Amino acid sequence: MDSAVPLFRMEGISKRYGGVRALEKAELVVTSGSIHAILGENGAGKSTLIKVMAGVVAPDEGRMTLDGREVTFLSPAAANQAGIVCIFQELSLVPDLSVADNIVISDPPKRFGMIDRGAQRRIAEEALARAGAADIHPLALVKDLPLSRRQMVEIAKALARKPRILILDEATSALTAADVSKIFGVLKRLRAEGLALLYISHRMNEIAELADQCTVFRNGRNVASYKAGSKSDNEVVELMIGREYSHIFPPKPAAVPATAAPRLEARKLSWTDRLHNISLTVRAGEVVGLGGLDGQGQRELLLAFFGVLRGLSGEVLIDGKPVAISSPAAAREDRIGMALIPEDRKTEGLMLPMTVRENLSFAALDRLSKGGIIDRAAEQRLIDDMVGLLAIKTAGLDIPVGALSGGNQQKVVIAKWLMRQPRIILLNDPTRGIDVGTKQELYQLMRKLADAGAAILFYSTDYDELIGCCDRVLVLYDGAVKRELVGAEITERALIASALNIHGEESPVGLGASA
Amino acid sequence: MKDWRYWLAEQRGTLLALGIFIVMFIIYTSNHPAGFTANVVQTAANKGVLLAFVAMAQTLVVITAGIDLSVGMIFLLTNCLASWLVVGTPMQTTLGVIAVLAVGLLCGAVNGAIVIYGRLQPIVATIATGAVYYGIGLLLRPFPGGSVNEDLADAMTGRVFDVVPASLVVLFAIVLLIWVPFSRSVLGRAAYAAGSSETAAYMSGVPIRRGKFAAYTLAGLLAAIGGLFLTFFTYTGDAAYASGNAYTLFSIAAVVLGGVSLFGGKGSAIGAIFGALAFRTIGDLLFVFDFDPLWQPLFQGVILLIAVSLGAFALFRVRNRLEWFL
Repeated sequence: MDSAVPLFRMEGISKRYGGVRALEKAELVVTSGSIHAILGENGAGKSTLIKVMAGVVAPDEGRMTLDGREVTFLSPAAANQAGIVCIFQELSLVPDLSVADNIVISDPPKRFGMIDRGAQRRIAEEALARAGAADIHPLALVKDLPLSRRQMVEIAKALARKPRILILDEATSALTAADVSKIFGVLKRLRAEGLALLYISHRMNEIAELADQCTVFRNGRNVASYKAGSKSDNEVVELMIGREYSHIFPPKPAAVPATAAPRLEARKLSWTDRLHNISLTVRAGEVVGLGGLDGQGQRELLLAFFGVLRGLSGEVLIDGKPVAISSPAAAREDRIGMALIPEDRKTEGLMLPMTVRENLSFAALDRLSKGGIIDRAAEQRLIDDMVGLLAIKTAGLDIPVGALSGGNQQKVVIAKWLMRQPRIILLNDPTRGIDVGTKQELYQLMRKLADAGAAILFYSTDYDELIGCCDRVLVLYDGAVKRELVGAEITERALIASALNIHGEESPVGLGASA
Repeated sequence: MKDWRYWLAEQRGTLLALGIFIVMFIIYTSNHPAGFTANVVQTAANKGVLLAFVAMAQTLVVITAGIDLSVGMIFLLTNCLASWLVVGTPMQTTLGVIAVLAVGLLCGAVNGAIVIYGRLQPIVATIATGAVYYGIGLLLRPFPGGSVNEDLADAMTGRVFDVVPASLVVLFAIVLLIWVPFSRSVLGRAAYAAGSSETAAYMSGVPIRRGKFAAYTLAGLLAAIGGLFLTFFTYTGDAAYASGNAYTLFSIAAVVLGGVSLFGGKGSAIGAIFGALAFRTIGDLLFVFDFDPLWQPLFQGVILLIAVSLGAFALFRVRNRLEWFL
């Protein structure tokens, strides 16, 4: 590999989103005929790096060279033209078109100005065969395929574009073991053909098997590059750890006795292929964290509790009694008393054009009204309480909630649910995209609510938060609870290691002491 | 191989519309006093193609996950224009036809430009442009009137070889000349891809904007062809507001009956044509069964509801309730 001329080089690439720096003077060298693994925890800048390479995002500064010549990509199409093809984590397939249509979508074969369907079919069949997925029919519609097959189509589509640099961003996350081994064969063959491959994965065993070269990212910088196999898993985890900032977290109280009766309990909860036999308990007064890499089923688990998913198997118990929660409306009823602070406040949490007042009282309208008429005075009292409690900064209650800052919007979402005095609070990554000051307030509030007797289940992609806020953390991997960390066991090292499933041999623990 | 099954699945909406139309048309002709004669077919075809052209226009836009509420008004505007221009010597008539079609193209292009480059919502943008187009039509023909080259009009509404309605032949030719090339071109595929998942299409480097622009522009052209035919049938230009609105709404009904998804990305103009013909036959059916014409809107509504319900069954299979709202 060392004799190879650098095919592609990124120098001093920076990118900010608002006040958040996603990339800070990042460097990367890509050589032909090698597989280069990119490692880093959530938010380390890997995704942004790839998006810059693939022309999706324009960097604020820095330069990229291809074959020694400087290049800039204004669109994904421009990057494709230059031979850089990316298989994104979020699939880029058009659901209503056929597999063959999708494979040739960037540059369909033409005859007399029209798409040559015969040629298209041949290209698609060849690409599918190359990707080791000849079992997929080229005329099938993408939306009718299961996720694992779609990923194979995605790979075939990338191959049909004859890339020089192929980027795989978590491209194997939904694949079955059989497919993964096929894909590995394909990738090794491509390497032998002289392609450069960038491989982003959280599966350490995959990286060990495939990669020639590894680069670790942290806080938007490349912190280390090394030959694959020259470092132990522990050394790699060490490189990935280490954020600069730290938050002020409220002190944790003495642990809730493990003998206390659980408020919320799940027994062998499963849903399609996203959740597998999840069992957990949350007691009143406890903050239980959900950890792990993004997209390992945490979101689905919260939605399952909140009555959004159909076809669940397993049991949910509230105060020891089995319940069937069939909708969010049922979940918020007093006998259950559940609230979910959603991940995407703009679509699932708030009605942006409506006023702060209206948004605040939505979830509690049934409590504030008699015979269908809203008791304005009671509403006002409760709203004043909440605005005071959460210190929501707003120019008035009758301005659109969309005019508030992200942090204050999030407070409105939380306040909206607190107006019902929920007994069980589910939080889905609530601090994403809000400022540090507001984050601190939210941590304090969470603890205050727990002390007041709420049971809190808290999913976060930020390990610091899990460490600072939670009494226990359950780490999910591939839709199952891989590990439970209690008290002092919750360290960044333990979180990352179990998130990467390095201690995969350990038996899953979820029921806590009640098991 | 089981290629035919995929083909069948893809054409399901179109075939269903064809089936509904055939069943209705058979009931119609077998109860018609004159039976299945060239005359009956010709009358039905002439009534049907007007909506068929407007429905084709609507299809192109709906495929991009948009909607065009100005198609009925482009249809009226071009009718009024044709009643001025499509007259005189064969040469003048030809130029007139070209001018009318060009105006249709322009109307569609304006819609496309506003929606795509102005980033306005299709509903609002086309309500506004539709009002403008209607306004121009009204200025052209404050009162019904004008004329048309009658030789051309009679040829277009008559029969070829005394059997096949000429309007159907033209409809078929338009499908071959406009729809087939569009649906198989890169732009057509871009229109489908944009309607199905704009993000995925963008990430794949698909020319989304050009595809959508082509769809809106060709929609204007097709509505103008409909407007020309309206002039051929009526020999006059008439800026009848209610009629323009009815065509717009019926075109949406025809599109849905024809298996085109209002969410975009799915369906075919051929399905919409059968949807339009079927929708038109509802009125004729009431006629042969001696129902009071007052029943017509009610029946059209019920048929439409039934047809749309057929497409909603997929929602029962949803596992994540949030998908209901996608």
